Amino acid sequence: MDFDLTKEQEMIRREVRKFAQSEIAPVALELDEKEAFSAGLTRKMGEIGLFGMFVSEDDDGQGLDYLSYIIAVEEIARVDGSQAATVAAGNSLGIGPIYYFGTEEQKKKYLPELCAGKGLWGFGLTEPSAGSDAGGSKTTAVKDGNEWVLNGSKIFITNGASELSMGVTVQAVTGKRPSGKPEYTCFLVEHGTPGFKAVPMHKKMMWRASDTAELFFNDVRISEDNILGLKGDGFHQMLSTLDGGRLSIAAMGLGGSQGAYEAALQYAKKRVQFGQPICKFQAVAFKLADCALEIECARNLLYKACWLKDHRRSFEKEAAMAKLYCSELMGRVANHAVQIHGGYGLMKEYHVERFYRDQKLLDIGEGTSEVQRIVISRYIGC
Amino acid sequence: MLKQVPATESLIGIAEDGVSVKTDGIKWVINPYDEFAVEEALRIKEAHGGSVTIISVGSEKTAEAIRTALAMGADKGILINDPASAGYDGLKTARSLAAVLKEAPFDLIIAGQRAVDDDNYQVAPATAEFLDIPHISMVIKQEITDTKIRCHRTIDGGTAIIETQLPALITTQRGLNEPRYASLPGIMKAKKKPIDVKNVADIGLDSEHMGEPLTKIVSMKTPPDRKGGIMIQGDSAQAKAAELVRILHEEAKVL
Repeated sequence: MDFDLTKEQEMIRREVRKFAQSEIAPVALELDEKEAFSAGLTRKMGEIGLFGMFVSEDDDGQGLDYLSYIIAVEEIARVDGSQAATVAAGNSLGIGPIYYFGTEEQKKKYLPELCAGKGLWGFGLTEPSAGSDAGGSKTTAVKDGNEWVLNGSKIFITNGASELSMGVTVQAVTGKRPSGKPEYTCFLVEHGTPGFKAVPMHKKMMWRASDTAELFFNDVRISEDNILGLKGDGFHQMLSTLDGGRLSIAAMGLGGSQGAYEAALQYAKKRVQFGQPICKFQAVAFKLADCALEIECARNLLYKACWLKDHRRSFEKEAAMAKLYCSELMGRVANHAVQIHGGYGLMKEYHVERFYRDQKLLDIGEGTSEVQRIVISRYIGC
Repeated sequence: MLKQVPATESLIGIAEDGVSVKTDGIKWVINPYDEFAVEEALRIKEAHGGSVTIISVGSEKTAEAIRTALAMGADKGILINDPASAGYDGLKTARSLAAVLKEAPFDLIIAGQRAVDDDNYQVAPATAEFLDIPHISMVIKQEITDTKIRCHRTIDGGTAIIETQLPALITTQRGLNEPRYASLPGIMKAKKKPIDVKNVADIGLDSEHMGEPLTKIVSMKTPPDRKGGIMIQGDSAQAKAAELVRILHEEAKVL
């Protein structure tokens, strides 16, 4: 076994950490408070290569392995969940489907801008009445001559309505399979297409500096060329995208845990009560010891899942485990971190308050914790 | 020219030998003033063409710092790594850098004004001296036209503008630029860029040439712990001022 990262992976961690601390940390509090997506910060993240990380250089990407991508997301999440969300969704959900399933023309048309971080792409799966039950989606696409006509709506779509958003991948019902189940096809719909409206969603509890949108499709006419890959491949494309996406959500849980833990440890060493730093009290020290232990376990689990994916082995079970474990871990760590900070932990200035809120999404997005348990239980033969 | 130094946020402790610092658990970085030098070199390359070579004296670990500069966009690296070089003083370091630079064609050498670990200030000017080229220190701005470089150099209370013929050596001052981050694709490209590792014999300097170091670290001490301050008591501003004068005169004995 080799637990060493490569020199490049180490350097990626170092540089992304430096970037996150110097560029994101100083503005995270304000962006969260104002519930503002920052196009400027997103472009800066693009300049250092945080988009298209696992896309090959031939397709205008950065040509990194999956583990490098996950380390980068982890390091951003260590400082701020919102920016990590922009990057993770941008890569896994925006760029991923086009890169893995798109035609050469589609890749050439969209990837250069998306991989440079100059544009963002959304992933339209969830609908107002279809969350965990993705099969229940009602958005339809009907063929009319050489065109397809899209009707329906999508909700909670990250990077769907920011000033950098260029378009969205939409899953729609395009008929019935011989089995009687609906047939799904994914379509690439650009912003500005008549009948397509993207509306930013506000008053979020978490990820307040990340862009979330509601999408409406009203007789949107698009050409056959807008089908992502093949007609009827939609469901498979979505599932496969979510398998990879789970690793990036896990990275957000791991990075968020690390950030909250470090803040709590630092505070506990400095805060003096009853004549000594509170980290000397076992009630506090044991909480921190538990955090350190679980973060170590989480990192090993997530990196192993990435290793499996990088070695083209099946990784779906481990991805679900890592997503579930890292997400829920951040809940425990952020809770301890706020508790250790006492009254100060409830104040925005101390940042752990934001980590506490940002965590909750991780239990819900890209497959709830309950769905992850279903996936794992199926893999172990229940 | 680049030196790898402990990160400024590292906790520095003195090693058991009493003349060096503990290296366990220290995070190493490019000396911040040298980072300005790398950035300026890359900007000059972007504006005028040419190539950027990073040169350093250090250990195997120093390759990491060179690699980071390559990831920022430099073209190649040269590392002088020899057990003998570990104990070099500023002058010997400069002598070995000059020996390599004599063999490598260059138009401009950029270095940090000093390394933040030993604050020696010697290496860059001494290198220029050994190469017999002009040197301008503490540069906050430079312009190159044809074969000349014109630099803004900080001096007490102002800026001096100095011009010289190339090839030359300049050293950096805070304010010269804002160093870029090594990008992720830059990191991958750096993997394929060459770092030429040389020992002292390779550069034609045997210990005889180098002689004894002219300076030697005799011992290292941590600064004394700061004592707590004194709050001056008194009923009025006048009384407090009188007490302050008394303390400065009788206890601190500075008046």
